[in-house]
Amino acid sequence: MKQNPVFRVVAKILFAPIIMFGLYVQFHGDYSPGGGFQAGVIIAAAFILHAIVFGLQAGREIVSARVNLWMMVFGVLLYGGVGVVSMAKGGLFLDYTALTGSVATGQHIGILLVELGVGLTVTSVMLAVFHAFAGFVEDRAK
Amino acid sequence: MISLFVDVFLLVLLVLIAVMVVRTCNLYAVIVMSGAYSLTSAAIFVNLDAVDVAFTEAAVGAGISTILFLAVMAYVPADEKPSLNRNVLAGFICIGAGALLLLAVADLPSFGDPMSQVHQHVAPRYLAESGSALHIPNVVTTVLASYRGFDTLGETIVVFTAGLGVLMLLAGTTRTHRMAKKTGKKTASGVSKRVSKVLPKSTGKKV
Amino acid sequence: MIEQLGDSWNYIIVIILMMTGLFIVIARTNLIKKLIGLSIFQTSVFLFYISLGKVAGGTAPILNGNPGTLYSNPLPHVLILTAIVVGVATTALGLALILRINEAFGSIEEDEIIAAKLNQSLARPRRPLDEASE
Repeated sequence: MKQNPVFRVVAKILFAPIIMFGLYVQFHGDYSPGGGFQAGVIIAAAFILHAIVFGLQAGREIVSARVNLWMMVFGVLLYGGVGVVSMAKGGLFLDYTALTGSVATGQHIGILLVELGVGLTVTSVMLAVFHAFAGFVEDRAK
Repeated sequence: MISLFVDVFLLVLLVLIAVMVVRTCNLYAVIVMSGAYSLTSAAIFVNLDAVDVAFTEAAVGAGISTILFLAVMAYVPADEKPSLNRNVLAGFICIGAGALLLLAVADLPSFGDPMSQVHQHVAPRYLAESGSALHIPNVVTTVLASYRGFDTLGETIVVFTAGLGVLMLLAGTTRTHRMAKKTGKKTASGVSKRVSKVLPKSTGKKV
Repeated sequence: MIEQLGDSWNYIIVIILMMTGLFIVIARTNLIKKLIGLSIFQTSVFLFYISLGKVAGGTAPILNGNPGTLYSNPLPHVLILTAIVVGVATTALGLALILRINEAFGSIEEDEIIAAKLNQSLARPRRPLDEASE
């Protein structure tokens, strides 16, 4: 699909706005529908669009398999880490109020970080799964 | 009233798509229809006030899931072969189970009943506290990340583990595949060869 | 009669969809079709939960600061939201398994795979075990 100028131009125009929209959904999830799960899928969709139009090789150059795997792990660790920090501050596991001491700010910060962790994990898992499926034959032949 | 009409129309559409999925043999058509199925159910979720769920279903079910199925279709035959004649047996099981479930419908709370048990347990507390104590308007986010944080942590780990499983199965990083590469053999089924290679030795040692 | 049907209309459709999914899983031999049947089954369960969470005259559970507003139940929404994402992750795992099965047996039809498996087990050398028993 690289040869077709329509696909190429549309993919280039849409790539950044899709990621913008994903970030909006991620960080505005407290006030409107959205959150880490949806944002993760939307951001992954931007990268998948790029990989479909410009080829898998180009997609893997943007996000390498190693970076992807680390992001996957980091997302889960961020989520668990928030729980551990709240324990270290004297609360229960994942008790965000203990993070700052006040209910409103503590819960806000905790939910933001936790959703970020979810978003990172979902983005990188979806992207890794797509790359694995799309490159199945080439990877096996290597 | 209009909401009920939309609900009925979309649900009938959903059943029609499901029946089409049963009857179609071309897998590409089936996959596109399952994407349409997801999108229709997302519309139903909006109608039933579940905007977050609709958002997720539209992005995941109609988007990513369809793409993954299509990516797999590159490697497998495009048409379903005429299958074993199990339709009668399957139909019998499904109609029987469906009839039993229909009997149970009588015990369910009627649709939209505000006094049903579902709405009396913890939901009123979530709705009351989310605004007054947490100052977060989207109650779904609050419940997801805060009240049921453990739940979501578990779900995230499930997604993570499933991703790892796919990578292990496909990306050629399994031990059997590496061993096969090392020995220079291009095996189609690395596992079974390795098992057959290892088994005789170990049984021999035991004796 | 129509009143009664309106009360349980959603549940009846959910059951029909669920049985359609079950039918595909049992009757069709193609593994991809089976996965799609599973996802139809799954979506019917989602619909069931969301139908239970609906409050007549309610609105989406995003607070608007108006004390008189009636909201639908947010709890089923949360459960189903996570279930959808987990569902696609497990579907991806199933697809990966299908690809490996296709690689090993050259088919994604259930009956052909069973036949190939039977041939493999018949052709497997039994000598070491036989010697051991002697």
